[in-house]
Amino acid sequence: MTTEVGPETEVKKESEQLGADAAKEKPEETTESQENIKSEKTLSEEAHGSPSSPALASQSSPSSQKKEKDLSEGKGISRFIPPWLKKQKSYSLVEPKDEAKKKVVEEGQAVEKSECQLPEEVAQPEGNLEKATAESQQEAKADDKEEEKHSVSSADTQPAKEDSKETEVEKVSEEQEEKQKVEGKRETKEVQTTEIKMEKAPKKIKTVQCKVMLLDGTEYSCDLEKRAKGQVLFDKVCGQLNLLEKDYFGLLFRDNSDQKNWLDSSKEIKRQIRSLPWLFTFNVKFYPPDPSQLTEDITRYFLCLQLRQDIASGRLPCSFVTHALLGSYTLQAELGDYDPEEHNNDYISEFQFAPSQSKEMEEKVVELHKTHRGLTPAQADSHFLENAKRLSMYGVDLHHAKDSEGVDIMLGVCANGLLIYKDRLRINRFAWPKILKISYKRSNFYIKVRPAELEQFESTIGFKLPNHRAAKRLWKVCVEHHAFYRLVSPEQPPKAKFLTLGSKFRYSGRTQAQTRQASNLIDRPAPYFERTSSKRVSRSLDGAPVGITDQSLLRDFSATTVGPAGDVVFDSEAVDQAKLKDGERRDEDGSPTKTPQLELTQDEKDLDKTQDDLLKHQASISELKRNFMESTPEPRPNEWEKRRITPLSLQTQGSSHETLNVVEEKKQAEVGIEETVVIDEINRGKMQAVTDAGETRKVEHLSKKDSSSSSDSSSSSESEDELVGEYQPHHRVTEDIIREEQEENEDAKGKKECATKIIQSVETLQEGSKVKVTVEHTQVTAKALAQKNAVAIETGEKNVMEEGKQDPREENEEEQLKINGDVSHVDIDVASQIICCSEPPVVKTEMVTISDATQRTEISTKEVPIVQTETKTITYESPQFDGSAGGDAGVLLSAQTITSESVSTTTTTHITKTVKGGVSETRIEKRIVITGDADIDHDQALAQAIKEAKEQHPDMSVTRVVVHKETELAEEGEE
Amino acid sequence: MAGLGMGGGGGSSSSLGRCSHAVVRALPESLCQHALRREKGTEVDFARAEREHQLYVGVLKGKLGLQVLELPADESLPDCVFVEDVAVVCEETALLTRPGAPSRRKEVDAMKKALESLNLNIVEMTDENATLDGGDVLFTGREFFVGLSKRTNQRGAEILADTFKDYAVSTVTVYDSLHLKSFCSMAGPNLIAIGSTEAAQKALKTMQQMSDHRYDKLTVPDDAAANCVYLNIPGKGHVLLHRAPEEYPESAKVFEKLKDHMLIPIANTEMEKVDGLLTCCSVFINKTSEL
Repeated sequence: MTTEVGPETEVKKESEQLGADAAKEKPEETTESQENIKSEKTLSEEAHGSPSSPALASQSSPSSQKKEKDLSEGKGISRFIPPWLKKQKSYSLVEPKDEAKKKVVEEGQAVEKSECQLPEEVAQPEGNLEKATAESQQEAKADDKEEEKHSVSSADTQPAKEDSKETEVEKVSEEQEEKQKVEGKRETKEVQTTEIKMEKAPKKIKTVQCKVMLLDGTEYSCDLEKRAKGQVLFDKVCGQLNLLEKDYFGLLFRDNSDQKNWLDSSKEIKRQIRSLPWLFTFNVKFYPPDPSQLTEDITRYFLCLQLRQDIASGRLPCSFVTHALLGSYTLQAELGDYDPEEHNNDYISEFQFAPSQSKEMEEKVVELHKTHRGLTPAQADSHFLENAKRLSMYGVDLHHAKDSEGVDIMLGVCANGLLIYKDRLRINRFAWPKILKISYKRSNFYIKVRPAELEQFESTIGFKLPNHRAAKRLWKVCVEHHAFYRLVSPEQPPKAKFLTLGSKFRYSGRTQAQTRQASNLIDRPAPYFERTSSKRVSRSLDGAPVGITDQSLLRDFSATTVGPAGDVVFDSEAVDQAKLKDGERRDEDGSPTKTPQLELTQDEKDLDKTQDDLLKHQASISELKRNFMESTPEPRPNEWEKRRITPLSLQTQGSSHETLNVVEEKKQAEVGIEETVVIDEINRGKMQAVTDAGETRKVEHLSKKDSSSSSDSSSSSESEDELVGEYQPHHRVTEDIIREEQEENEDAKGKKECATKIIQSVETLQEGSKVKVTVEHTQVTAKALAQKNAVAIETGEKNVMEEGKQDPREENEEEQLKINGDVSHVDIDVASQIICCSEPPVVKTEMVTISDATQRTEISTKEVPIVQTETKTITYESPQFDGSAGGDAGVLLSAQTITSESVSTTTTTHITKTVKGGVSETRIEKRIVITGDADIDHDQALAQAIKEAKEQHPDMSVTRVVVHKETELAEEGEE
Repeated sequence: MAGLGMGGGGGSSSSLGRCSHAVVRALPESLCQHALRREKGTEVDFARAEREHQLYVGVLKGKLGLQVLELPADESLPDCVFVEDVAVVCEETALLTRPGAPSRRKEVDAMKKALESLNLNIVEMTDENATLDGGDVLFTGREFFVGLSKRTNQRGAEILADTFKDYAVSTVTVYDSLHLKSFCSMAGPNLIAIGSTEAAQKALKTMQQMSDHRYDKLTVPDDAAANCVYLNIPGKGHVLLHRAPEEYPESAKVFEKLKDHMLIPIANTEMEKVDGLLTCCSVFINKTSEL
């Protein structure tokens, strides 16, 4: 393959690069990964230029052409290659995106070229494969003009590989797009590893047949690479439907308990559906509040189809009159003007307008149909929607629940917020702006609500869901709805990190605002489409096809339930992140005691609006890498930055310095059971830690006057991640409690004495057979502290003396350092803090500093030292805890979680500071999750992880190692 | 269903107050002695009450041109003049209620006949556990609020919600008043007239929280004056029947600030002694010529 692409005019720069890379790669069969990376980068860069996927496709096409030329020699060989290879190619072609038109056109002009278009993306990855293969494939492409048909047909390993690679490439590119900055090195690493792994385990890659029930009642089937992400399928379906405004839609699958789950487009399908059949339903996910603002009639048409289903099934209740009116518009749209000769009395009974439809209703429908004469189908659809959108249950996603008193209620999630129903009556409503936080723990779902006008305190309202899954589903739906409808345009850069985060889950897609913007750019002649008779729909309803069946009012609509075990835990972290984003975090909770969780509310920023999940994930990943590789300041709230003294670099785990980011890889694998397990472990750990802390404190107390106690660790990621190759689901969670820290510091000063406790735990999780190892290091560093104090004292004094206010910040910074994982530094910092405390003169500041958390702080200060339990723990565990914690009067000053990840390991560091009375305690718990295929040497990985942990915290010792194995079966299990 | 797109599905608020017909009922003499009342007070002057009522009906009929169905009084039903409580009509559907006061249950029969004559879809509340007084039902044009009071219970509200499925039905607990509409009513599309008492304001807050829609409010000093009758009559525009300045001068001043409305002050002193307010004495129906 020659590298010279120059001659070809059509080729764009990027494409050239790609082509060149590809060419190079081919020769070197070994280390394509790097090459690939490069190529990927290029792609991504290209992508930058062009926001929309189509652009990508188009660009890529030229490059592919080049390739083809290069490969042209190989054609001869290709003939001998089995057909599936060819098909595969075609797949790749199709894959790129829904742009059927472009493809077609290109094909028409030059078959070879057109076929290659997308492939180039593939081609790069192909480099790995033998030249012959690649060539043959390409040729195959050329040969098949029907590529689209085959689109996903690849059934064998090699092709599969390619596909997977392709996907990755896309991801990368997208990710880069999003970020705009290319962090080549890190990304490269990722990619490389991934690919390599993939190659190692080619067997796993297979294609599966997928069936999707469309809204018109027809079934679409296609072959998908087994490890394809939801996005791939969704794009295919939308392509098939010729639908551009697709952000309102989604794919549903039914789990074993017949609950509907939204397929997460950013995750592998397989992981979400597990052993379920590859059977999906294409549905409206976000009902546009004003359908007239949709750009295309075809979009409105699909919305109409959805609503007809909703109405006929009873999910969308309406009155007799409305049934008749909507039915009449349906007739007008599908049959045109009423024709007395053609439309006899029976024509209507083939349609289903209502769950139960009487003769009377049909007569009314006909009567109204007659009045619609002259309306075009599109107009009839518009009238239909104008009436349907006013229905009170339009776009409301209902979930069964019980209130605090055990009364059956329904929670309805809609564009404006959360509605509470008892029977059919609305008994309460919480608009999104009113909600500060949304969380779930076990089977409980909580919302934290802003204080009412005259009230000072926020209130948290809990609901009991049937089970953990239901709670999580509801939570996800809330997260997504809030993001979609409320967030206008999340800030990209800072958000990029957080996008993915939510401990587990965040809406990955475009917000309504974004999709509207995008829609405005749609520039194509109104696509032709056939309106299928709704007769069919009604039949399908009868037959209870997937997804159509409805259960009374309940529309279960939940996002993928399968979450990582640690979801709950993460939630808290997520919340923190959100806070960080806003910069308001402090405002909201001064009380660490409360359950940390996602705070959807105020900040519209926090949630991401990224268009593609993949992008987001990638972005987050890259950022992570960036963070720890460069130790650059992360986008954080200003406060953080101010406080940050020195960037710490974590090598191995690459934790973001001061930032506490938890990177999670969620796997579906982690189902309830596992979750529980994980949590339990965490809890134990916490508990132990707490206990220890308590003891320690006591001791110290006795010996000294006071102590600072830190405790607590939050469990972080339970992430049982996906195979190594996939970084996609990375969630970063950061918990910062700056204010709290400040307070703590002050308190500490006042008390003069402190004890530092550091607990580290290392956990290893492995996938195929997941092994979780938890190592806990617990140490009381009183001695060290003393020494350090001496050292630190000077600084501390200065701070205190010179700048009363700033002191806290600095202290915070110190704390941050600790967080980062540099034990030594941390200690010193601590010492400084301590010093401040020890110095009487300084002490005065204490009371002053307390700001938001004031109440607690004050209490803590004044009151007898109480061992502060890990608030977090409480939170995760059970709601009751919170109460108890409050009772304790202990104050959790800060809880931070830092997550870093490398190829196969994810390290989460939780640092918790607690102050009670005058005692403050800092506890650091590390959890390392190793995820990987059988290919990974778990033992080695574990050893490495421990080693690294020790290096980082020389003073620490490993006190506990917990090995947790996760098998797929286990994962599936849940409540 | 004349207008395209306007007929069904949660009609828009602009259709609020549209009406062609009204149902009223003459007052029986037994009202003076036997009508239910929350507090004993001065005796009802029947003659004056009758005059006031005739004036009220006269406005509907003569001034506004509505077709008014006047049901005869029934001496055995002292409260029968308060027709609002026995039927809730929205668009083409009428819900015949099961009044919270057992002595009033039979009032429904005459109303049923009247509404049947108008060809409405009639739903009867037969559940013996359900009670609902129309005075507890506030329809804003976009949604219903149902007061949970001594006269109306949860079950009654549920049945109302089942009857009018297009609309959200939110419940509001009513304290210290007979009905939800004892201190509020619609004074225009999107405009809620509300009394000034703490209970009234609290109820308004609840309603505001429960609604996806933001309503304007018209606060009047007197709770009873907040009960007014808004109508939207073709050719007349916004029409508001409100309590006369002689009765509630301060509140009347507030109403007088509504420049877009045709304001019609109406005295209701006698009926108020037995908890009757302006909305209590009529049920409005909007029939289009088609049907």
